[in-house]
Amino acid sequence: MFAYFIRRLLAAVMLLFVVSAITYAIFFVLPRLAGSTPDQLAAQYIGKSPDAKTIEAVKKNLGLDDPVYVQYWDFIRGIFAGREFNFGPDPSQCDAPCLGYSFRKHVEVWPEMLDRLPVTASLAIGAAVLWLISGVTTGVISALRPGSVFDRAAMGIALAGVSLPMFFTGTVALALFTFHWEIFPNEYTPLTENPVRWFQGLMLPWFSLAFLYSALYARLTRAGMLETMGEDYIRTARAKGLKEPVVITRHGLRSALTPIVTIFGMDFALLLGGAVITETVFSFDGVGSWAVQSINENDLPPILGVTLFAAFFIVMCNLVVDFVYAAIDPRVRVS
Amino acid sequence: MKFRSKSAAMLAVAVSVALTAAACGGGGNDDDEGGEGGGAPANAAIEKILNPSDKKGGTLVYESADTPDSMDPGNTYYGYMWNFSRLYARSLMTYAPGAGAEAAEPVPDLAEGPGEASDGGRTWTYKIKKGVKYEDGTEITAGDVKYAVERSNYARDVLSLGPNYFAQYLKNPDDYQGPYKDKSEEGISSIQTPDDHTIVFNLAQPFQEFDYLVAMTQTAPVPRDKDNGSDYQKNIVSSGSYKFERFNLDKSATLVRNDQWDPKTDKIRKQLPDKIEVRFKVNPETIDKNIEAGKTHVMFDALGVTAQTQSQMLRDESNMLDNPTGGRLTYMAINTTVAPFDDVNCRKAVEFAVDKDSSMRALGGEPKGDVATTALPPDVPSHQSYEDPYATEGNKGDVEKAKAALKECGKPNGFDTVLTARTERQDEIDNATAIQAALKKVGINAQIQKFPGGKYFTDFAGSRKWGQDNNAGLYMMQWGADWPSGYGFLQQIANGGALGESGNTNISYLDDPEINKLLDESIADPDAAARAKAYAEVDKKMLETAAIVPLSYFKVLHQRSDEVTNLVVSQAFSGQYDYLNLGLK
Amino acid sequence: MTGLTKTGAVGEPVPTGTEASAFLDIRDLKVHFPTDDGLVKSVDGLSFQLEKGRTLGIVGESGSGKSVTSLAVMGLHTAGQYGKRRRAQLSGEIWLNGQELLSAEPDAVRRLRGREMSMIFQDPLSALHPYYKIGYQIVEAYRVHHDVDKKTARKRAIEMLDRVGIPQPDKRVDDYPHQFSGGMRQRAMIAMALVNNPELLIADEPTTALDVTVQAQILDLIRDLQKEFGSAVVIITHDLGVVAELADDILVMYGGRCVEKGSAEQIFEQPQHPYTWGLLGSMPRIDREATDRLTPVKGSPPSLINVPAGCAFHPRCPYADVPADNASRTVRPELREVGSGGVAGGGHFVACHMGQEDRERIYAEEIAPKL
Repeated sequence: MFAYFIRRLLAAVMLLFVVSAITYAIFFVLPRLAGSTPDQLAAQYIGKSPDAKTIEAVKKNLGLDDPVYVQYWDFIRGIFAGREFNFGPDPSQCDAPCLGYSFRKHVEVWPEMLDRLPVTASLAIGAAVLWLISGVTTGVISALRPGSVFDRAAMGIALAGVSLPMFFTGTVALALFTFHWEIFPNEYTPLTENPVRWFQGLMLPWFSLAFLYSALYARLTRAGMLETMGEDYIRTARAKGLKEPVVITRHGLRSALTPIVTIFGMDFALLLGGAVITETVFSFDGVGSWAVQSINENDLPPILGVTLFAAFFIVMCNLVVDFVYAAIDPRVRVS
Repeated sequence: MKFRSKSAAMLAVAVSVALTAAACGGGGNDDDEGGEGGGAPANAAIEKILNPSDKKGGTLVYESADTPDSMDPGNTYYGYMWNFSRLYARSLMTYAPGAGAEAAEPVPDLAEGPGEASDGGRTWTYKIKKGVKYEDGTEITAGDVKYAVERSNYARDVLSLGPNYFAQYLKNPDDYQGPYKDKSEEGISSIQTPDDHTIVFNLAQPFQEFDYLVAMTQTAPVPRDKDNGSDYQKNIVSSGSYKFERFNLDKSATLVRNDQWDPKTDKIRKQLPDKIEVRFKVNPETIDKNIEAGKTHVMFDALGVTAQTQSQMLRDESNMLDNPTGGRLTYMAINTTVAPFDDVNCRKAVEFAVDKDSSMRALGGEPKGDVATTALPPDVPSHQSYEDPYATEGNKGDVEKAKAALKECGKPNGFDTVLTARTERQDEIDNATAIQAALKKVGINAQIQKFPGGKYFTDFAGSRKWGQDNNAGLYMMQWGADWPSGYGFLQQIANGGALGESGNTNISYLDDPEINKLLDESIADPDAAARAKAYAEVDKKMLETAAIVPLSYFKVLHQRSDEVTNLVVSQAFSGQYDYLNLGLK
Repeated sequence: MTGLTKTGAVGEPVPTGTEASAFLDIRDLKVHFPTDDGLVKSVDGLSFQLEKGRTLGIVGESGSGKSVTSLAVMGLHTAGQYGKRRRAQLSGEIWLNGQELLSAEPDAVRRLRGREMSMIFQDPLSALHPYYKIGYQIVEAYRVHHDVDKKTARKRAIEMLDRVGIPQPDKRVDDYPHQFSGGMRQRAMIAMALVNNPELLIADEPTTALDVTVQAQILDLIRDLQKEFGSAVVIITHDLGVVAELADDILVMYGGRCVEKGSAEQIFEQPQHPYTWGLLGSMPRIDREATDRLTPVKGSPPSLINVPAGCAFHPRCPYADVPADNASRTVRPELREVGSGGVAGGGHFVACHMGQEDRERIYAEEIAPKL
C-alpha cells in the first residue's frame, strides 16, 4: 500500500511537469510557429504606447528574450527555490513556491491564487454538497420507484439539467432571483467577513451549479441503484430480515456509489481548479475567472499557475478517489 | 449575427424615439425643472452641472465590470482612471468639472498657474503651490513631481502601462535610464528644480500644448521613498482630497477623506462624500440594475448601459439617460501605400461607396453615435464643420460617383482588397460587414479579416509590412485623443513623420508633407487660435486625400443616478461623468 | 388428514381458510406476475405441508416455480418492491408455525425472516455482499433479531463459522467474501442462515455453483445441521440426485404446479408421473452406460403465460395419448392420491390422467429398466 502510494505520488508529480511544459509550449511555441516574435509578445504587456524602447525594456525585464527552455527552467526553479523580479526600485524576492509574476498585473501569482481560492472553494464545496445530496437522493428514490410520477418528473428535470448550459441556467437564475425578485444578491462576501452575506451570495451559483451536476448524479445514481438493487446480495440482505432503509443504504447505495465517487473526484477537482463558466456568469473573482481573464490578456504566469493548480487538484482528487475506492471496495485493496 | 444586427437596429429606433420624446416632452418646462434631478430630461448632465450641491456625507459607490490597468496615476492609460485618480493625485494642471468646451481647458492644480513658456516653447516653468501636503503631512515639493515624471516615463521596463509623452518631448542628452536603474539624486537633466516650488521642463522642440501634457496624472507627485514600482498602486500616497483606506487588486477600493488636504490650496475639489467605494468585476447588468435601484451611483468604467438592459431602460421613462459624444471617431483607415489605394481616386471611390447610414444602423443607431463627416469629432476643440467632399444623399453612398472615381483610377471593374477589424469588438465587425456590402455594389471585393486587439497595431493593421504582404488596404479603427486638442487627436493618426515599421496608429500610412508641416509648425505656434485653424486645415486635408472614411462620432449611453449631485459629462474625459466632485443628495 | 402429516408425507390439499395443521402449511399458493406480454403464472395453486425436523425436496426444471415458491414463503416478492414494481400478485395461504404470512403486515414477515425462516442461495459469491467482511454480514444477520452488542454477536459469528467447518474461524471472520473459496462461502452462507436458529431453512439450489466434492460436503453439512437444530428444511433443486439422500419427502413441480409428491422412497421406487420419470432419467449414475439410459425429458418448459390446456406436460409427454377421450389435452389432471400398494403406504399423490395400472405397467416395462 505504501509503495503504491509513493508510486502514485511520483506519477502525479511527473504529470504536473508535463502539464506545465505543455502549457508553456502552447503559450510560447505555438505563437512562434505562427510567426509571432518576443517583441510582439512584449508589446501586449505595455499600455497603449508600445514604442520600440519600451518594448525592448519590457521584453528584457520579463525575460521574454531568453530561449523558451531557459524561461521554463526559471519557472520550475522558482517553484522550488524562489526567484527575483524587477518590478520596482529594488529587486523583489518571490519566495518558493514562486509561480511567477503576472506580466500584466505585476503581482505574484501564488498569493493571488491563494487569495482567490476561497471564492472557488466556497463555490465548489457548497455546490458539491448540494448536488451530492440532491442528486444521489433523487437518483435513489427514482431507482426505487422506476416509472413512477416522481421518477419521470425527476428524470425529465435531470435531462434538462444535463443539457442546459451554465450560461443559460446561471443567467436565468440571475435574471429572476437577483434582478427581478431581488431575493439573492449577486456578489461574493468572504465567509470571515459576513457569513450570512456569504451564504446569500453563494446561493444562486450553488444552486445553478448543483442543478447542472445533480442532474448528472441523479441519473448516474438511478442507473447504479437499479442495477445494484437487482443484485443477489440485496436479496440476501432482505432475507436476513434487515429493514428496507438499511438494505437500501448499507447494502444498495454503498455499491451504487462506487462509480459516483470516481466521477465526483474528477468533477470536484475540476471545479476547485476554477469553476470557469460559473464564476464568469456570476462575476465571481475566483480562480477560474482569473484564468479566463489571464487568457484574454495573454498573461502567461497566471494561466500557467491556474493550470498547474487545477492539474494538482485533479491529481490529488484522483489519489483520494483511489483511496476512497479502496476503502469502499475491499477487492481493490489486495491487488 | 443577423439576429444581433436586427435587434440592434430595432434598439436604435427605440432609442431615438425615446430620447426625442424625452427631449421634446421636457422641452417646454425645461427651466422649471432644471436641477431637480428626478425630473431632469435626457442629456441634462451634458448641458450643465446637474444637481449642483455642496452637501457633504454619504458613501458614493462606483461599480465596474472592468478592472483598471493600474490605480497608479503614473502607470495608467485608462481614461476613467485619469478621471478618477484626480481624487487622490494632484497633477500640475488638470481639468475642472464643467459642461461643454470649457471643461477641456487645463486649469492649474498643483501649479499656481499655467506654465510659462520661454525659448520659443522649448522651456516650460511651473510654480508649485506652497503648503500642499501628502496624506502623511509632508509637504509636496518640485522634486516629487520630477520624480513622478521620471518613474512614469523612463522606468519603462517596470511602469509601461501609461503614455510616455514626456520621454518623447523632453531632452535626454545623457540617455537617462529612469530612477530604478539610475539611483543618482540628480535624475534627468532636462527637468530642473531650482527650488522646492519651481519646476522647469526643457523640451527638444517647441511644444505649445505643454499644459495639456502636465495635466496628465503622471505629473502627480510621488514620494521617492514610498515608491515600490508596479506595486505602488497598492500603497499610493495621496496628494488629493481622498486617500486610500483599502485597495484589493481586481476587487475593490475604498477611499476616505484625506484630512491633510487643504481646500485653501485647491479651487476645484469639493470633498463631498465621506467615503468612496469602487467595486470591480461586477456583472455589467447588475451595475445597470444597481444604479436604477440606487445601490450604486456610477458605472466606473463608463462603458454605458449594456445592450441587454438598454432597450428596457429606454422604454422606462423614469430612467434618466445621458447620451454624450465621447471625443472619439469611428472610422475606416485607407492604407495610402497599398495598391490600388496609392491612387487617390481609388480611395475616393471607397469614400463615395461607403454607406454610412447602414454602418450606423449596424452599430445600433443613435445611442451609439452620429454620422461623421470630419476627422475631428465635434467635442474635440478646434473641430470645425466644413462641406463634406463626399456627401451623398442620406449618407447612403453614391454608386455612380464611386464608379466614376474607380474609372479614373483605372479600375472600372473594381478590385479585391482586405478589410480588417478587431475580433473582440463586435461593433467593429458589424460595421465592417455593412461596409463590405456597400463596397460590393461598386465592384470592390473586401475580404474581412479579424485580429485580436492586443496585436492589431503591432502585428497587423499597424505593421507596414503586413499590409503590403496581405494586400490589406482597409482597416477599421476608432480613435480618441490623449488630450483634448486637435493636435492631441490628429498627431498620432495623421503625422507621417512618426511612422515606423510596426506599432503605427497612423494606419492610413499618411505621409503628406503639407499635413506634416501643418502639424509640426502649429505645435510650435503660441497662438492658440492659429493652432486651432491649422488643425481644422489638417482635418480637411485628411478628407481631401481620402486617407480616412469617417463613419461615426462615438457616443455612449450613460444611466444617470438620481442620488448624485454635481453630475456633468466631461469633454476632457471622453464623455464620462466628471468624477471629481460627485456628491450625494 | 392429520394422520397423513404425522406419517411425514407432504400431505394432501387442505381447504383454505382453516387453521394450519402443520409447521409449514402452504395452501393453494398462486404467484402471478403481470407483464407486458400477459400474466405469468409462475406458481398456480400449490399446496404442501412440512413438519419440523423433516426435509422436503422441491424438484423441477428452471421455470417450474420452485424458487418463486421459496421466495413467496420468505416474503421476498414484496419486500423492497414499491409502486409499479410491486408486480407480484400472491394469493392462497402460507402458514408458518400457526401464523399466516400472506395477510400479515410486511414488517411482521420481515421480523420472521432470518429468525424463524432463513434461506441459502444458489451462488454464494453473488449472494454475499462483496464490500463487507464475512463476520460483519453474519453479525448483521444476528443483531437484527437479537439485541446484543457487537462483541457478543461476533463471538456468535465465530462460533457459527466454526460450526459449519471453517478452519480458524476467529481469523477468517475478518475475511472478505472474495478471500473465501466457493465451498467456504457457501458454508459461511449457511452459518449466516443458521445464526438465529431458524425453524425453517430454505436452501435454493445450495450446491449448483459448487464442484462435485464440495457439493457432497455441503449436503452433508446441511443434513447434520438439520439433525442438530431440528429445523424444517426445504431443498430446492433441479437435480433429483441432490435430494436423493437428503429429503424425507419430495415434491415435483412442473409449470407452476405440483405434478407428484410423496415420500422420497415413493418417488424413487414408484414414481408415477412421466415427468418424474424424465427427471429420474437425467440423474447421473455411475453404474450405467450412457447409451441405454432413458433420455431426459425432451422439449422445453411450458410457457407460463399460455399454459397448455389439459395437462401442462402433455406436449412433451410420450404417453399423452394413453388416457382416453383426449383427456390429456383438454382436462387439467387433479392431484390424486395413488392407490394402496405403494411402497410406504399413503401420502403419494400424482396429477396424471393415466390410470394407475397404465402408469405402473409403463414404469415397470419401459422406464425402470433404463434407469
